[in-house]
Amino acid sequence: MEIFDLLMGGFAIALQPLNLGLIVFGCAVGLFIGAMPGLGSVNGVAILLPMTFLVPPTSAIIFLGAIYYGAMYGGAISSIMLGIPGASTAVATTFDGRPMALQGKADFALVAAATASFVGGSISIVLFTLFAPPLADVALAFGPPEEFALMILAFATFIGLGGDDIPKTFFSIFIGLVFSAVGLDIVSGQPRLIFFELPGFFHGVNFLVLAIGIYGIGEILWTMEVSKGNVVVSQANVTIRGIGKSLRALLKTTKTMLMGSFLGYFVGILPAAGATPGSLMAYGIAKATSKDSDSFGKGNVEGVVAPEAANNAASTGSMLPMLTLGIPGSPTTAILLGGMVIWGLEPGPLLFVEHKEFVWGLIASLYAANLFALLINIAFIPMFIWVLKMPFTILAPIIFILCIVGGYAPTNSMHDIWLMFIFGVVGYLMRKLDYPMAPAVLAIVLGPLAERSMRQSLIGSHGDMMTFFERPISGTIMVLGIVLLLLPLVKIVRRREAAT
Amino acid sequence: MKSINVGKLALIGAAFGLAFGGAVTAISGDANAQWQPRKPVEFVIMAGQGGGADRLARFIQSIIEKHKMSPKPLVPINKGGGSGAEALSYLKSKPGDPHIIMATLNSLYTTPLRQPGLGVDIATFTPIARMAEDTFQLWVHSDTGIKTVDEYVKAVKKAGARNWKMGGTGKGQEDSLVTAMLEKKFGFKVTYIPYKGGGKVAKELIGKHIDSTVNNPSEQAGFWDAGKSRPLASFTPKGKLKGKFGGIPTFEELGYGSDMVYYMQRSVVAPANIGKDVQKFYVDLFQKVYQSAEWQGYLSKKGLIPGWLTGQALTDYFIAERAAHKKLLKASGEIK
Repeated sequence: MEIFDLLMGGFAIALQPLNLGLIVFGCAVGLFIGAMPGLGSVNGVAILLPMTFLVPPTSAIIFLGAIYYGAMYGGAISSIMLGIPGASTAVATTFDGRPMALQGKADFALVAAATASFVGGSISIVLFTLFAPPLADVALAFGPPEEFALMILAFATFIGLGGDDIPKTFFSIFIGLVFSAVGLDIVSGQPRLIFFELPGFFHGVNFLVLAIGIYGIGEILWTMEVSKGNVVVSQANVTIRGIGKSLRALLKTTKTMLMGSFLGYFVGILPAAGATPGSLMAYGIAKATSKDSDSFGKGNVEGVVAPEAANNAASTGSMLPMLTLGIPGSPTTAILLGGMVIWGLEPGPLLFVEHKEFVWGLIASLYAANLFALLINIAFIPMFIWVLKMPFTILAPIIFILCIVGGYAPTNSMHDIWLMFIFGVVGYLMRKLDYPMAPAVLAIVLGPLAERSMRQSLIGSHGDMMTFFERPISGTIMVLGIVLLLLPLVKIVRRREAAT
Repeated sequence: MKSINVGKLALIGAAFGLAFGGAVTAISGDANAQWQPRKPVEFVIMAGQGGGADRLARFIQSIIEKHKMSPKPLVPINKGGGSGAEALSYLKSKPGDPHIIMATLNSLYTTPLRQPGLGVDIATFTPIARMAEDTFQLWVHSDTGIKTVDEYVKAVKKAGARNWKMGGTGKGQEDSLVTAMLEKKFGFKVTYIPYKGGGKVAKELIGKHIDSTVNNPSEQAGFWDAGKSRPLASFTPKGKLKGKFGGIPTFEELGYGSDMVYYMQRSVVAPANIGKDVQKFYVDLFQKVYQSAEWQGYLSKKGLIPGWLTGQALTDYFIAERAAHKKLLKASGEIK
């Protein structure tokens, strides 16, 4: 049991008073950073990186790891409470978390998010502990065709679920795809779709701008219309008994949690994917496989559980390519990677051999961070609920300001604020006309990844589409995706047969 | 509306981070009226998060923080859109602003050449410092059995252009220019596949999705140490590289001529017309960074070539390099 010994050694490091203190502090800071729209774990880790020179490298990465973890928990909070994704990874949590809050089930949604995060985190850390080196080979086996097949699968889960109006879903996906193409052509490097020659389009349309516009601004407009100013926020009270009841209710979602955890972890270890696509895919699959898929987007707790389990699992997963291959699986791990270079550690295949203390100290600290983040999160839930009890006339301006902050943060550009307002109006109209909006968000996240991997594959195969089917991994995923895509067709045919 | 922005929040956060370290640096008391930044300095990066340029800029920032070299912190801001077009037009739009500097790479030359519509003339920017020149090597997977450039050329010719895949960064960027140099020199063609960053390219080689790369040393070092990849030759002049990378033969040593040399410059510039005293502050600051043990250690460990340059000499260097890149881009058909 070499791994067990190493892990115990890791715990001996992680549970030293300084490191333990940093874990608790990091979780709390992370929770706050994650909950603030526009301040994601990327910003948090980047801002606090210089602080880590005061402590040894292992303590430094433990601290940053705890922030990263805390932020994954925190992201769900503003998604649920305010309808603004607190971080890119929590966009999918908004889909059902916000409707739950509006129905007075905010406490249940928050407990569900925290629990799912804990389960996702725990499963992924165990997987990380046991299978880190072999899984690094899986990451290596994924070339462009495999990545593209995975993207097709992700899109298929969003279309092939039935329930939603399929032409409208397509429409929503295409809107997202068009905006994802704005900016720079990834192969030729030429600018494209620079509307009105505005320089702000050079950096493309950041998907947070779209998500915050549609969900944050659109939400305010929608609420104003529906309520004509008289918003009654149903009062949710939090008691220990209430939390216990929520936990029991969550037992029913075990399957979804497990699915989200494994999927999230797996997507997380693929370089360049990261937690955001992972959580969106988990949402899509939860919806596709649910018996009650129509209730998704209207406050189904499984729609909270799936993405939250997935984004925590993916955040652990994305540490794997960072440590073993030196490639960040997410923007935050990119900054962590920079930190490791500063501390004089060389990420790569030899890190696990040459710096055992560092690696296992980090892994052990993730176990601790996961637990503390859960406890801190649950402890703060009453405070979050209190925020919800504020009158809408006070809450709406706060949400509005947070939207602006969140829209400005990714690119520091006023251009994106105006764009966000436009998306807000579009989001409001889409909601009025009953178009699903989640597919648009999915498309703008996955669009660039899909385009890049498809074009790379086709350059490599000189235009031969068979490259996606000839390779065992990509072929399997591709066929799965196509079957999923055709599923609604089968449903329609069956329904017709049943009618005659 | 302008007063609410996260840039500010981030700055407050950064300030908080500093204060937390118990290190609120008092502004030095001596009365000679040297210019110093009055607010945090925007450290614009011409590339996205996580790439080589980004990591280097953040490394520089942390050296400055660690040794309290600046009374106000540097705040890294990524403006990588349009191969750095976004950063370049931003710098162009802020002449005289003393609180902006920019970390550059070779897209400083190539992007204005490929997008003349930007109207950016890099000769107008205020030169601060050239911190280093990054180098390129030709890499293959160690399982291929290819050990020399000769064997490599034979293997590429045997496989043919359709079957030999070369991975690199975007078209018209450094890796593709180096690849074009190889093709011209050895008279073969390859299928060039552009990836998002050098790290991803390195991983694709190890995963055997591509056949060769022209990575920087820092991108392949980890895999080389683990025995997974092998450098065949270096695009540097003889004897320039030291340390473990010094053992890699150069194309010149192998008898392929002295023109098989290509560098990636790692420099810092400021907007036009910032004034002599402001320029002096930044030049002094980066000289301190350059001389720090951390920077020098990083250079030798990562196979970069030290090359301090500032003032008019740096501007002259930029202009000469721009001319050289114009030729390269023309030769590879990227521009007319």
